[in-house]
Amino acid sequence: MTDVPSPQGWVRTEDAPRLPAPPNTTGPVGWMLTNLFSSPMNSVLTILGASFVIWIAWGVIDWALIRGVFTGEDREACVAVPDSGACWPYVWAKFHQFVYGFYPFDQRWRVNICFIVGAVALATMAMPSLPYKKWNALFLLVVYPLMTFVLLTGGNLNLSSSTIYFVTGVLLFSSLVVPLAAFGIEDGIRRNKPALVLAGIAVAIWLVSIFVSMPEIAAFGGYISIATLASLVLLTAAAFFSIGHRASTRDIAARSALLGWVGAVSAIIAVLVLVTADFGLVQVETQQWGGLLVTLVVAVTGIVAALPLGILLALGRRSKMVVVRLFSIVFIEVWRGVPLITVLFMASIMLPLFMPEGVNFDKLLRALVGTALFSAAYMAETVRGGLQAIPRGQYEAAQALGLSYWRMMNLIVLPQALKIVIPGIVNAFISLFKDTTLVLIIGLFDLLGIINASFSDPKWVSPQTGTTGYFVAALMFWVFCFAMSRYSLFMERRLATGHKRRGI
Amino acid sequence: MTSKLLTVALGLGLSVAAVSAASAGTLDDVKAKGFIQCGSNPSLIGFGFPDDQNNWTGFDVDFCRAVAAAIFNDPTKVKFTPLSAKERFTALQSGEIDLLSRNTTWSMSRDTSLGLKFAGVTYYDGQGFMVKKSLGVNSALNLNGASVCTQTGTTTELNLADYFKANNMTYQVVAFEKNEEVLKAYQDGRCDVYTTDQSGLYAERLKLAAPDDHVILPEIISKEPLGPVVRQGDDAWFNVVKWTYYALVNAEDLGITQKNVDEMKTSTNPEVMRFVGKEGDFGVGIALSNDWAAQIIKHVGNYGEIFERNLGEGTKLKIARGKNALWSKGGLQYAPPIR
Repeated sequence: MTDVPSPQGWVRTEDAPRLPAPPNTTGPVGWMLTNLFSSPMNSVLTILGASFVIWIAWGVIDWALIRGVFTGEDREACVAVPDSGACWPYVWAKFHQFVYGFYPFDQRWRVNICFIVGAVALATMAMPSLPYKKWNALFLLVVYPLMTFVLLTGGNLNLSSSTIYFVTGVLLFSSLVVPLAAFGIEDGIRRNKPALVLAGIAVAIWLVSIFVSMPEIAAFGGYISIATLASLVLLTAAAFFSIGHRASTRDIAARSALLGWVGAVSAIIAVLVLVTADFGLVQVETQQWGGLLVTLVVAVTGIVAALPLGILLALGRRSKMVVVRLFSIVFIEVWRGVPLITVLFMASIMLPLFMPEGVNFDKLLRALVGTALFSAAYMAETVRGGLQAIPRGQYEAAQALGLSYWRMMNLIVLPQALKIVIPGIVNAFISLFKDTTLVLIIGLFDLLGIINASFSDPKWVSPQTGTTGYFVAALMFWVFCFAMSRYSLFMERRLATGHKRRGI
Repeated sequence: MTSKLLTVALGLGLSVAAVSAASAGTLDDVKAKGFIQCGSNPSLIGFGFPDDQNNWTGFDVDFCRAVAAAIFNDPTKVKFTPLSAKERFTALQSGEIDLLSRNTTWSMSRDTSLGLKFAGVTYYDGQGFMVKKSLGVNSALNLNGASVCTQTGTTTELNLADYFKANNMTYQVVAFEKNEEVLKAYQDGRCDVYTTDQSGLYAERLKLAAPDDHVILPEIISKEPLGPVVRQGDDAWFNVVKWTYYALVNAEDLGITQKNVDEMKTSTNPEVMRFVGKEGDFGVGIALSNDWAAQIIKHVGNYGEIFERNLGEGTKLKIARGKNALWSKGGLQYAPPIR
């Protein structure tokens, strides 16, 4: 019956006019109805949540801004007002310490240059649209650390003569690698026997001299122990032998190995010359560093060192070479097995006791090495997770193309693996950044440490000083961590080619 | 090529041919390097802290300056290493610092088994009590039946029990894990009395909303002698540090102050003459110049002046001299004569 069209039927000849969406599904009201008040339960939760957020936010605003004290000369300003909130004049007075620590006032331009250059180089590196990434990375990873070192410490390192002898010895010894690299291990050893024997004797003499004290003779304007002198002479002879006839040969492999060695050694000597050169900068001991400066130095060093070391360790752990694998496993498990606080204690309290009296590594340096190795072990496991997610077919395809191990890793596997683990890597960075506060226990004054120390200035101590200081610390840490987190999200979206998943 | 590299490497060796002499005494080392490396507390009100202008200030810090003044006639020839409580002894043992002046309690185990020597007691500290002024209490013996706020798991709790038992008084303990909580509880009126080391009481009092409404009772119920520490077995250095302290106390005893020390050089009082180096060769005995003591007072002031400057009534802390008054004024500060 309904199938039969009625004779008075009316057929529409054009589209019906578009009506606006129902008012309760568009605009802010619609958004709220769908997302906040879609059911009675959700409405209740929304109201509860919103009142909680408003309650907290109001508390903070009331304390920090409305009841806060903004001007004053000393604690009296913050104590005078009954029931006062945050004590901001204390922050204004101490803020320079929060940033620079006890770095001398007239030398702070050096820190500023490091901050600015670092920020600019990092920003240009972080923006994918800008060119010259390779040079930028080279600057950031090689030139910038050296520059920062010289600027912040003042350079002009005074290497002790024994350090110089040791470095010279190691550099000479490294020449033995040249024939090995040029002719392969077996052939290299066969051709270079005399040098190996000489170097062996030199190392043996040097080892003995650690336990048996040898007489010293005057040389090079100072004193040098007979053992050191003998080792150096033997090593020089060994270096002459292992390099000498390699230099005259026309063999291409030998020449390139030699050039590589010369390049590496010159680079090391250049670095040594740079850090020992006198640029006329006043020396600033690391004891005077503090605040944000120390936090950034520790965090950035840890982050920069952790990624390459972690990748190497992750590859090592999956390597087929037993020794490499074993070394990686032991390294990772040992460092992961001890808390960071133990590492720092070990570095600051045990290490000095093992060393002869008078020999001291810088405390900051010890902490830096400790955190770098510690975070490398964690990074290795993060990266290994990414490596395991790469299907076997990718490796096989790369091998089928005839790529060597390093090219396979570099071109095929690591780009995919690292992309997958970006959240994990950034997670590790953020937690490392916050873990830097632990250096406080070994007497280094990072951001939190310096804020803690500033509470004890009788000029500023008041009921609100502590709260205000911790509030500022939390704010500063949050800014850095949030920035890292946002950047990682941006990179993830940019690199999400083909693996795009929802929920990032 | 190789020989060139070697030249560069050896050139490096030549350019920096500083040979570290086998460590002689600390005093000789200090004189050679031109400054004292002093381990201090970076965060203790009145005793050691850096102010707005990055200057280290405080009672312990000034002691380091006094030693520098004795040796170099220049109180600025001292570098401070901020140390935590845990690493302070290691820093001294390993030679990282020359002198530890960081509110360190002198106890037998520290003196005998750590390879350290205490050079004297610069500050007699001990557990004390703070109460609200409105209670009208002026002696700890009036605290019968009081409720006492304290930190758990410290010796303060034991000392408290001993003291009240010995004086046949009852009390109620209100204990907390953290110092901030203790102070908060005291401020909120959950107890009548707040107890911790007396120097700490003065510092904590500043954190209260109205510090002047609270009073610190004169009694000290435990012994916490604080003093500078040096390495054991280095007598020359030990003597310098010890006699720097004695010179500070002797100066106050003799009435020699930062202001009048130059006039005192013309004094005819034999004791003063010996002190300022006009008579006798007392500086020689500790390998310093004969006016070593006068230098200390000129640059840093005597014991009383250091105390007043950092802790005393003129400061925000307002610590009374109490046990740290001179022996002649009923305190414990006493120094052997320079003779």
